[in-house]
Amino acid sequence: MKPQHTSRRGFLKAGGSAGALLALGFSLPAQAGDVVLHKIEKTALGLELSPYILIDDTGKITLLNPRPDMGQGTYQSMPALIAEELEVSFDQIHIIQTNGQGKYGAQLSGGSSSVRTRWIPMRKAGAAVREMLIQAAANKWKVPVAECFAENAKVIHRPSGKSFPYAELVEEASRLEIPKEPKLKDPKDFKLLGKNIPKPDVPLKVTGRAQFGIDVEVPGMLYASIERSPSIHGKVISFDDAAALKVPGVKKVLKAERAMPHLTVETVAVVATNYWAAMEGRRKLKVQWEKKDPTYLATDTYSARLKELAGKESSDFAGNKGDFAAAYAGAARKIQASYETPFAAHAAMEPVNATAWFKGDSLEIWAPTQGPDGTISELARYLNLKPEQVKVNVTFLGGAFGRKAYLDFVKEAAFLSKAVGAPVKLLWTREDDMTQGPYRPAMLSVLEGGIDAQGKITAFHHKIITESIQEQVFKADLKGKADGWTEEGIGEKDSPIEVPNIRRSYLKARTDLPIVWWRSVYASTNVFGHESFIDELAHAAGRDPLDLRLELFKDSPRFVKVLETLAEKSGYRQKRPAGKAMGIAIARSFSTICAHAFTVAKTKDGVKIEKVVSVIDCGMVVNPDNVRAQTESNVVYGLTAALKGPITYADGAIQQSNFHNYPVLRLPEMPKVEVHIIDNQEAPGGVGEPGLPPIAPALANALFNLTGKRVRKLPMELNG
Amino acid sequence: MALTKLTVNGKVYSVDVDPNMPLLWAIRDVIGLKGTKFGCGMAQCGACTVHLNGTPVRSCSTPVSVVKTQKITTIEGIGTPDHLHAVQQAWIEEQVPQCGYCQSGQIMSAVALLKQKPNPSDEDIDTYMQGNICRCGTYQRIRSAIHKASGLLQEKKPVKTTPAPVGK
Ligand code: FES
Ligand code: FES
Repeated sequence: MKPQHTSRRGFLKAGGSAGALLALGFSLPAQAGDVVLHKIEKTALGLELSPYILIDDTGKITLLNPRPDMGQGTYQSMPALIAEELEVSFDQIHIIQTNGQGKYGAQLSGGSSSVRTRWIPMRKAGAAVREMLIQAAANKWKVPVAECFAENAKVIHRPSGKSFPYAELVEEASRLEIPKEPKLKDPKDFKLLGKNIPKPDVPLKVTGRAQFGIDVEVPGMLYASIERSPSIHGKVISFDDAAALKVPGVKKVLKAERAMPHLTVETVAVVATNYWAAMEGRRKLKVQWEKKDPTYLATDTYSARLKELAGKESSDFAGNKGDFAAAYAGAARKIQASYETPFAAHAAMEPVNATAWFKGDSLEIWAPTQGPDGTISELARYLNLKPEQVKVNVTFLGGAFGRKAYLDFVKEAAFLSKAVGAPVKLLWTREDDMTQGPYRPAMLSVLEGGIDAQGKITAFHHKIITESIQEQVFKADLKGKADGWTEEGIGEKDSPIEVPNIRRSYLKARTDLPIVWWRSVYASTNVFGHESFIDELAHAAGRDPLDLRLELFKDSPRFVKVLETLAEKSGYRQKRPAGKAMGIAIARSFSTICAHAFTVAKTKDGVKIEKVVSVIDCGMVVNPDNVRAQTESNVVYGLTAALKGPITYADGAIQQSNFHNYPVLRLPEMPKVEVHIIDNQEAPGGVGEPGLPPIAPALANALFNLTGKRVRKLPMELNG
Repeated sequence: MALTKLTVNGKVYSVDVDPNMPLLWAIRDVIGLKGTKFGCGMAQCGACTVHLNGTPVRSCSTPVSVVKTQKITTIEGIGTPDHLHAVQQAWIEEQVPQCGYCQSGQIMSAVALLKQKPNPSDEDIDTYMQGNICRCGTYQRIRSAIHKASGLLQEKKPVKTTPAPVGK
């Protein structure tokens, strides 16, 4: 299997034998989950239809990969689904990254959705092609279909042992009808799915040959660096570019703009013949920015506002049960606690960048974007072009975590290319990345629980107070109601705890600091409060925290299984020596359940995290090694957010600018991580994010067991 | 601007650049080798690590003027997909990379570590590699891949020169 990025023209060449070919595309109609398969005539290839699978008469199998890869393993999971049903081995497939044209269906990599939404459609597409090839062979041999089967890119006639390679069946197969309901393989016959298969992009990434956005070169391109207002919401009063223009290589200094979804701000761009010159020029600029009220975006002010709102009436999520207020009022014991999580930066290792080429009546762009289709539609709107006039080339993404779904940077590059009349590569510095956002929104979780005389939880309320991403980024007007994402991790479906009177609610706290999805989105903040509080209730009721959870989840067998496996694998029930403690937390998000057990220890150098045992139930597994890798990854990302940061805005600017004052987890702090995957045949859940939400609460719960101190604010101090 | 000679991966390049330009940008934008990455620009992350006469340096914070005749090695000079270095081989066997962006720098540091300490302990690895950030969190695999590479290098037999099998 050879990953490659190419244009539509390249795609035609890739599938471009002179002879017959079989091309099958599919589209996802309004409802995700089902699939409409359609045959594509050779003459239509590359014009308007968008095949996902293409076999030509040389036997070459090409697959259009509709999902950008940012490290989460899309490169492999998508082709594996097709290859399994098509009965071809992995290295017989060529993958081409799609370029965002409308017909490919939704292409955003986000919400851990790649495998979840493509599981059945991708397999059906592969199975349909397999059945057509088998039928074609049966027709040629004039034998019953039932006597034929497919294996290793061949159709074999069982009684005689005769076989046809796929290449020789393409012409006949292309004349057949597409089967309406192709039969999917029985999971017990899987050869690829569920196996540890090396990721095909790894050899490129260990030899420096993978092409990221930052590596793109277009003939004649210029390089840009953009000076931005420290206050984020900047207006340029004036600028002096005399010194900047003297830097050898600097071509032009111009007022530019950054179009964020909720507002557009002014910037000053330096365009040069190389990136270093652009940065040098930028350093020599003198810009006078309009003064802003320094408290306007201040995070202290925001945090005080969250607390003010804590006592205010909130709006209910769906699925509340019983009468919380009455049950709480009548409870034998009432427990109340609030938990705070700060703004956080994504800090992906590759700063955002884009190379744009505006050609008058069209735009071509190369970018590490999480959503090629959104990139097209937003750029078309921004430049007043038709979507067909915008072409996007998706590169490898050097990390994204939600940041590269926020498309301000592609618009900035397009703006500059249009203004200077040449292709322009825009690269943000790390400082731009940290001081300008967007960020994960800060949140306050207010929790109340009622316990009866027998130690049973009778009332439970989780109120979250935060800004709505759907409103700020997607311009929804929800009139104070929760957006669909806010309940991730704690809603009725994700947290089916058995409490007779349960309420979950939301209160909007507006901020104009730019925000966006951040790995696991609201679950990353919701679950810290939720799972810490369950632990507090257990201690208050004199119950073991894991036993209490077993009781609360008693009607949810998958949760029970995860908890029991966690207890067994982590040695939870064994006695620990003095100076060591364990804490656990569990959460479901993006259709996957994940639980962690943290072991912490007092050492001569202070408290250390010794070990993390993780149990994950993500349904049927495409590649177990990738599930382990993503879970390890979530431990690191989640620990950074739990222990480091925060992002703060004071005196009219973000206070953190690079890794020296916004530290992230480094190798010496990496605990041993052991990941256990529950083996089942449930529909697949996400794996890129669900490991993250239970990290902070599991660690906080472990610290409580070690020190007796309850953590209610992130980031936490291990030795606080 | 000034004409300077740089020896990169055994090849001599004449580049006409500002002597203050960090080596990183000369390698990437002038010479055109893109495997060396930019992550922070202030010697904090290790993404830009290259070797000068075998010693790892942060090329984002090393002006071209200090390089002089020292031999520069980048990730492209360590091994190719057909002739992998033992460290790269181990990285493939342990499936270390996720997004992959930090991995050129990680590998450059690991190669230098193993030259200095052919048989490093976990503590040696932690200390030596702490300047290399990985936001995808591949740290645990980096540890085990370094141990594996150490074994491969000490087996003395020539390192396998074929890429790891894919799909077998
Ligand atoms: S880019 Fe040089 S150390 Fe980060
Ligand atoms: S693999 Fe993505 S930053 Fe290290």
